[in-house]
Parts: sequence; structure tokens; C-alpha cells
Amino acid sequence: MRIDKDLVAASATPLVLGILMEGDLYGYAIIKRVSELSGGGMQWTDGMLYPLLHRLERLGYVSSSWGTSEAGRRRKHYAITPAGRKALADRQEQWAVVAGALRQVWQAVPQPPATAGGWA
Amino acid sequence: MELSTELETQIGRWRGYLQRRQAISPADLDELEDHLREQIADRRATGLDEEEAFLVAIRRIGNLDALSREFAREHSDRLWKQLVLMPEEPDGGGAPPWRELAVVLALAVGAGVAVKAGLAWLGGDGALARNAGLLVFPFLGAYFAWKRRLTVRVVAVLLVPFAVLAVVLNAYPFAPEGSTGLLAAVHAPVVLWLLVGMAYAGGRWRSDGRRMDFVRFTGELAIYYTLLALGGAVLLGLTFWALQAIGIDLEPALEGWILPFAVPGALVVAAWLVEAKQNVVENIAPVLTRVFTPLTILMLVSLLAVLAASGGLIDVDRGLLILMDAILVLVLCLLLYSISARDPLAPPGLFDVLQLVLIGAALAVDAVMLTAMLARIAEFGSSPNKIAALGLNLLLLAHLIRAAWLGMGFVRGRRPFAAVERWQTRYLPAYGAWAAAVVVVFPPAFGFV
Repeated sequence: MRIDKDLVAASATPLVLGILMEGDLYGYAIIKRVSELSGGGMQWTDGMLYPLLHRLERLGYVSSSWGTSEAGRRRKHYAITPAGRKALADRQEQWAVVAGALRQVWQAVPQPPATAGGWA
Repeated sequence: MELSTELETQIGRWRGYLQRRQAISPADLDELEDHLREQIADRRATGLDEEEAFLVAIRRIGNLDALSREFAREHSDRLWKQLVLMPEEPDGGGAPPWRELAVVLALAVGAGVAVKAGLAWLGGDGALARNAGLLVFPFLGAYFAWKRRLTVRVVAVLLVPFAVLAVVLNAYPFAPEGSTGLLAAVHAPVVLWLLVGMAYAGGRWRSDGRRMDFVRFTGELAIYYTLLALGGAVLLGLTFWALQAIGIDLEPALEGWILPFAVPGALVVAAWLVEAKQNVVENIAPVLTRVFTPLTILMLVSLLAVLAASGGLIDVDRGLLILMDAILVLVLCLLLYSISARDPLAPPGLFDVLQLVLIGAALAVDAVMLTAMLARIAEFGSSPNKIAALGLNLLLLAHLIRAAWLGMGFVRGRRPFAAVERWQTRYLPAYGAWAAAVVVVFPPAFGFV
């Protein structure tokens, strides 16, 4: 199953922040973790992660530091900041509301017809 | 995991392609390249061969246009490259920025001291003019020798011609006010500049790419130097007036100390600025060349018209011929600079046609000049000045004809732009050789008059 592009974009920030809650990581490892977590369902365009990370850094949600990979290449590691934790908590609440609303409406109408693709 | 050299070059090409995007900084490139290599390594671990792994990895990174748009949206400031001279984090490799600044300032002061010493000890009679380049350029060369970590062998190779030049310029018994002395003074900086270019190329002066980089560097240095000079002039002017209002005359200090240090020092600082922020001017360069190419065409055409209207070529003033030579050299510099600023992968466009027109106009002017010169030589006999001008004109003629030919091939889509570029860079040493000949061979050949 492929997840719709807009949904991927909307969930990208909380997902990245959430993954960084598990520990500091570099870009490629974040992408791998996303793929693991979604069972391969969320295919990001890898490159797009970096402008996102840079935006989060500008907003102060993550901080970055240069390190070295096993192969001796320069590698940028990202870590979540206190502001990022707060933002993540905020997003979690928002997503909880959205997910709760969806659950309720889908329980009321168990099989939504394929044409009602308002979420696409 | 070791990758084959072929894959390495492919990664290099991919990186080079991304590098041209203004919005993606070198640090971002490192980040993306690390990602690409990780992806390749993982794909290879699953059994793909190198080629397949590479293809999958670049596909996963995504469409580069979309990517650079995304970077541009996030880093719109980069499109207006800000002059941040001290990177926030040391960008790996190379000396820490403060040490570089210290080296640059020391060399700038060194150049100033050399010029000041030259002013003090080298008397008038043209000796100072002949030695000006010798006093200043070594400091520029030293900066690149330090920056590029030149090997002893390369430094030695550079020092030998420098020493020869220094001996020739000072040991030859030039006649005071003589033309060979003046010619040597004018041509020596060309040779020295190419020696600086060899240092700039870090010893890899056979590489066309490095030569093109040096052309680009030269153009950007000229822009930076002009900016520094303008700023300095405004600052000094204001100080001058303010002090004069108080009743203090700045002129002795200005002539004796400020200018001898500021003029050569600014050159070293400008070189460092170009190195530190190679892409600040990069945005202006294409705009500048696009503005000045049509204007230069207009200038050349109107000059041609005036020359044609004035009739007899023999009566053309000698000063005008020298001036026209200078104009042609300037046109060539513009041509070289615009070629260096052009994206070699872009298809031929209107601007390339304009450039061809520029070459055509320059060729026409050159032909007129050559005729005038030959006529003068036939009429009044040869002199060092005339032979030097004639040689330069022939050099320019060969350069322009071949450039026109290759440019035509490119505009018609028969040749890649690289062919045009390669001709320009391969021809550069010819100017150095000619300049060296004028400095070394001309004076004895013409009896040092």
C-alpha cells in the first residue's frame, strides 16, 4: 500500500521529531527508520528530508552537529531540542484529535465507498 | 565499501550537477552525498551491482530540480548569498578560518611592506614600474601555495621563472624612458599572473577545469578589487575632507603610507574573498556578462564605423592603435569570463549567438588594426612597440578565429560547449609565452632602446 503524498507531507514533521526522540540520528538513518516503522508503506523522496530537517533546525526544533561516518565521511547528526519536544507534544495532541475523529466517523460508517476520497 | 573509479566519477558528476544549484551549499552537498553513498552501500548489500545500486540511489534521492526548489524555498537567503566569512562550524579539511585570516592579513601587510620598500629604494626611471609585479604577486602566490599545500617541487618550478624574470627586469641595461623597458614593465605582470595561476591550480595547471577556475577567479578578483577600491576611496575621501576641515593635511600620510599598503594589500584580501565565498559573485557574473556583451558589441561596431569614416589607416594615431589593442584585450577578457560563467550543460541560446557576434566584431576590429599596423611598419619601419603590438594582434587573431569557428559549431549544435571552453583554456599559455618573449628577448634584440 502506498500512502498518499499529502498525508506523507503532513506527517513528516511529527514523524521525524518522534524518531529523533529515540536518539540522535543522521539523515539516511532517519529515512530507514521511517521505512521500518511504516513497513515500507511510506516512501519518501529521500532528498526532500534535508530541506525539512533544515527547516526544523531553523525553527529551533532540532539541532545539528557534524561528525564522521565509519567510512570517514563528513556526516551531519540531528538531535531534538526542548522546543522540538514541545512542538512534538503539540502535534501529538493534534494528531490524536484527528485520529479520534476519523475513528469515530469510520465506526459509524464501516465501509466508506471508494469514491468518497475526500482525504486524498 | 570500496567503489570502482567509474562509479566514483559518476558520483562526482552527480555532485557537480547539484553544485551548480545556488540554493544547495557545499555542506548540504556533503550531506546528500553521504546519503547517496549509504544508499548505494545498502543496495549493494542486497545483491545489486554497482551500476544498479547507483541508479536506485539517485532515483530515491529524487528529482534534482524539485529538490533544489525545495532547498531554495528553505534557504531563500542563499540566493542572495550573504557574505559570511567565518563559517559557524569548521567545514572539515583546511585550516581553521581564523588562521587563514591571519595568514591573509600577514601576506597583505607583507605586500604593502614590499611595495613601500620598493618605493624607498628603487628610485624613479621606470625601475619601480618594472618591479611592481615582482613586489606584489609573490604574496598572492604564497597565499595559494599555503592554501593549496603546494609541494616543494611545484614551488621550485614556480620560483625558477620568477627568479629569471626578476634578474632580467633588473639586470638588463634598459635605456631611461626607452620603449623596451616600458614594454617589459607592461608584459611582466602577464607572466607573473600566469605563475599565480599555476599556484592557484595547485600544481594541476594542465587541467582545463582548473584553468577555467582560474579565469573565473581572475574575473571575480577584478570585481572584488573594484568594490574594495570604491569602498576604500569613499572612506578615504570622507576622512580626507573631515581632517582638512579640522586643519590636518592627510595627503603626506596618504601618499607615503596608506596607498602603498592599501593598494597591494587589497589585492591579497580580494583574492581571499574570492576563495572564501566563491559563489557570492557567481550570481552577478552571468548578469554582468549579459549586460556588457551587447554594449561591447555596440562599442566595437561604432569604433569600426569611426575608423572607416576617418579614411586612411596610415594616418591613424599611434595612441589609438595602442588603445584599440587594450580594447581588444578587454573584449577577450569579457569573452573568457562569460564563457567561464556559463553553465556548460545549457543548450545554445540567444546569448551564445550574441557572443559569436561579439567575436565577429572583435575580429573585424582586429583585422582593421592589423592592416593599419602593417601599413605603419611598411611606411615607417619597425620598432619594439610596433612588433609587440603586431604580435599581440596576431595572437588575438588566432584566438578569435578559432573561437568563432568553435562557437559556430556549438550554436549549430555540432559541438559540445566543452570544445569552446577547452580552446580558451588551452590557448592561455600562448599569451604567457608571448609576454615572456617581450620581456626577455625584446630588450637585447632591440638594443635596450
